[in-house]
Amino acid sequence: MKRVAAYRAPYPGTQPNHLHPPYVSSIKRAPTRPPVPIPYTLSELTGPSFEPEIVAPKASDLTRQHSAEPLGERIIVSGRVLDENNRPLANTLVEIWQANAAGRYLHAVDQHDAPLDPNFTGCGQAVTDAEGSYRFVTIRPGEYPWRNHYNAWRPAHIHFSLFGPAFATRLVTQMYFPGDPLIPFDPIFNCTADEKARNRLISSFDWETTMPGLALGYRFNVILRGRDATPMEE
Amino acid sequence: MSLQATTSQTVGPFFKIGFEWLYRDSLAAEGVSGTRVTIQGRVLDGDGIPVSDAMLEIWQANAHGKYAHPEDTQDKPLEPGFKGYGRVPTSADGRFRFATIKPGRVAGPDGNPQAPHLLVAVFMRGMLRRLVTRIYFPDEPGNAADLILNLVEPARRSTLIAKNTAGDPGTLEWNVVLQGADETVFFDLGL
Ligand SMILES: [Fe+2]
Repeated sequence: MKRVAAYRAPYPGTQPNHLHPPYVSSIKRAPTRPPVPIPYTLSELTGPSFEPEIVAPKASDLTRQHSAEPLGERIIVSGRVLDENNRPLANTLVEIWQANAAGRYLHAVDQHDAPLDPNFTGCGQAVTDAEGSYRFVTIRPGEYPWRNHYNAWRPAHIHFSLFGPAFATRLVTQMYFPGDPLIPFDPIFNCTADEKARNRLISSFDWETTMPGLALGYRFNVILRGRDATPMEE
Repeated sequence: MSLQATTSQTVGPFFKIGFEWLYRDSLAAEGVSGTRVTIQGRVLDGDGIPVSDAMLEIWQANAHGKYAHPEDTQDKPLEPGFKGYGRVPTSADGRFRFATIKPGRVAGPDGNPQAPHLLVAVFMRGMLRRLVTRIYFPDEPGNAADLILNLVEPARRSTLIAKNTAGDPGTLEWNVVLQGADETVFFDLGL
């Protein structure tokens, strides 16, 4: 067979299992049979790409999508998208979505008794530059209650969606904020066994990107899977 | 230096606000060659209850069996206006639907052509990392020798093959069953 450089398997414990009973919604949704291992084919090694033009320049500033500014604390969230071999991933689409400052999503299903903000939609897009860098201006999302268990609250977080170079590199994750007291109690944050891997979901406060008089900066790098150094005999 | 891939997290219940701008339920513009097909189905949980907050992404080759991607070096033509990417949510009753063209056969790593197939990634509330599966086509002679289908135990292969719809030749039915006797086959790509 042809030798194909597959994408690297995750280090044990660094990715969640589908079933994580403390996250109650996983119980009836996680498949019960082990996934079938398959060799990489052209289908998994290729993947969608997008013209940078599909993302409007204003799409990365969530504070300028309406006639006035949203309520809340303005922040800058930036970082780099790299692969496991430490190579920057340029021209990769990054999508984010989040609650407003009061912890409410602009979504029909979100019935949390907190106000919507007419000046905040809560979604943005960016395409990474040649160094794999992205940058969003937004407001710090509020924590919000959910029904997973008694007195359950999600820590403040921003949802991230990334594509990378192949179908195999697709990733959806969540970014958290340093010092959030809710993090240790969150079943979604805790779904990953490896503590270091979990903690990499917490952004770091950053003076470099903090803008005087304007906004605090948070850094969040995202690592997508890299190719195995040596091709595998399939 | 070697890094570790970032941990996957669920899309949660409110992904619509982040994903809706790129919803694409029509993959092939007018004039793109290939047999037109609509694929529809439902996502069902372990109690058979429709999943109303799931999102499916589709990735496929064009009618010649060529992916719009630099890693595809097969000597086959690209199709202007066809990228091969789709993204559809499920409705309140767990249904999804998209229109595309039937892909051609793509070379497999064993040198033999794979049977026509679409790749599907499934995201939903409650799912901590995406599910990966494939849709194959009914009445397709290539299925019998397909490298990937043959890695699946025979009794479960039918979960990967769309079904014809009576009286509607252009429409195929394919469901995502998360648990139980008819549980869909999902693949392990490492992540
Ligand atoms: Fe959320």
